[in-house]
Amino acid sequence: MVTTIGILGAGRVGSAIARTALKAGYAVHIAGSGPAADIELIVDIVIPGAVPMTAAEVAASSDLVVLAVPMHKFRSVDPATLAGRIVIDTMNYWQPIDGELDEIAADPRGSSEVVADYFADARLVKTLNHIGYHDLETDARPAGHPERHALAIAGDADAAAVVAEVINRFGFDPVLAGPLASGVAFEPGSPVFGGRHTAAELAAELEPAEAA
Amino acid sequence: MEIGAYSFGDTPLNPDGSPRSTAEGIRNLFDAIVVADKAGLDYFGIGEHHTVSMPASSPGALISAAAAATGQIILGSAASVISTDDPVRVFQQLATADAISGGGRVEITAGRGSSVETFPLFGYDLADYDRLYAEKLDLLMTINDSATENVTWSGTVRPTLDDLAVVPRPVAGRLPIWLATGGNAASSARAGKLGLPVSYGIIGGEPHRFAPLTELYRRSAAQAGHTENIKVSVATFGLVAPTKKEALERFYPGWHSLNVEMGRLRGWGAPDRRQFDAQAAAPGAYYVGDPDDVAERIVHLHGYLGHMRHFLQGDFGGLPTEHLHESLTLLATEVKPRVARLLAAK
Repeated sequence: MVTTIGILGAGRVGSAIARTALKAGYAVHIAGSGPAADIELIVDIVIPGAVPMTAAEVAASSDLVVLAVPMHKFRSVDPATLAGRIVIDTMNYWQPIDGELDEIAADPRGSSEVVADYFADARLVKTLNHIGYHDLETDARPAGHPERHALAIAGDADAAAVVAEVINRFGFDPVLAGPLASGVAFEPGSPVFGGRHTAAELAAELEPAEAA
Repeated sequence: MEIGAYSFGDTPLNPDGSPRSTAEGIRNLFDAIVVADKAGLDYFGIGEHHTVSMPASSPGALISAAAAATGQIILGSAASVISTDDPVRVFQQLATADAISGGGRVEITAGRGSSVETFPLFGYDLADYDRLYAEKLDLLMTINDSATENVTWSGTVRPTLDDLAVVPRPVAGRLPIWLATGGNAASSARAGKLGLPVSYGIIGGEPHRFAPLTELYRRSAAQAGHTENIKVSVATFGLVAPTKKEALERFYPGWHSLNVEMGRLRGWGAPDRRQFDAQAAAPGAYYVGDPDDVAERIVHLHGYLGHMRHFLQGDFGGLPTEHLHESLTLLATEVKPRVARLLAAK
């Protein structure tokens, strides 16, 4: 069972996910790009309750790790520290932000599959990428609430099931899209990306990808 | 509380939706600044942008022209993308405008650029994003803080300055330099540590949720021993009209076309009216309404952020100039006194 969520990246996305996780009752360990002392004051005020650490310490001490760094910086994370771990890939390739990343742009597969090649020994799960970081905090609703939105999850079945429970506790209905390759169905440019969907609407949107 | 406006330039559209000339967008922006000055608005910011729809690429040139044509309004870049410019030139251009203004009306807001079109345009590598910003901000501050014309600085992103003259000096000795941020916590901490006033660009979500960031900024400043010049300003979308209904109807088409354009770049779906209406109502991020509505929401936000300046961007997607001019006039003549009254009554 997941009790501690580790977050790599203390920017806007990482902070929003950290606050959401704390609100859902998880312990949160978080790292920026440097030593823990660099983000101590930031965490104390902006993410009160989270524990600042180095990236290696976060990876070693958490039940599940969230990658919340800009896509063009994912190689700054040491893949050895994430071996065997369930890792949520929240990243999107956005040319206007990331510049030209040929390894992503030229690869016909989804961005998470390219990322998974790098974190070869981690159990990568794609989710939390198709909702804005503002919306994550304002749109969370308890289970059964009529306004509750859904979030898509792609990854191997066991890891995806663990992540689904986390998404549920975050305040969203988890919808399993299939293996990691099905994550292309909710990348930027897809009809799902940035929209708001109920679980049924999201499942319907994802269906064609599953059948293909 | 200072009330102002900012713009990235807004290239007008033909009735069929095709863009008119970018030069027209610049001329309209200049005219708008003159209107704002006459109406009594406190501040006008020019945000460096390099797109056909938003053509205000050269804040220094525009601010110089505006400095000569206005009498009281504070003029500033909002922001200058200093990562991909030469801080020596940015400083010289704004110091020149300061001289033309008579002194004391020109500011620089230094930003990193939330989109990165300046990197290929000026031949920079996005991999150097952080280093370029940190070093160039340091150079800009070094020039500004210099006691004489001659400046000495060295770094890795630009040739060394070895006791070289950087002229003109600002009339008052220094220019106000603000640090622009879109809400990254590290940027708030950086502004505090450097003792710079901070300018938040809040373009979505609920602006009062920035309260912890302003606390982080103020605590970082206190920790570093900075007590003076610790100020917060806030830039948001917004448009004022005689009634809220008119404001919404005037603002929506431009917002819609901006979101279609951004959506194409970033893979968002079609913009949706419900989302727009939610953001245009308290506590959303779009200050679109009648003078009472906009004033009340600025004052509400002030309770959380304690900002000393709030400035609005309403001209994008080909907003008709008469709507922009009316909004600028209402901001100065109707919103500003209401804000002052409401704050005094607190």
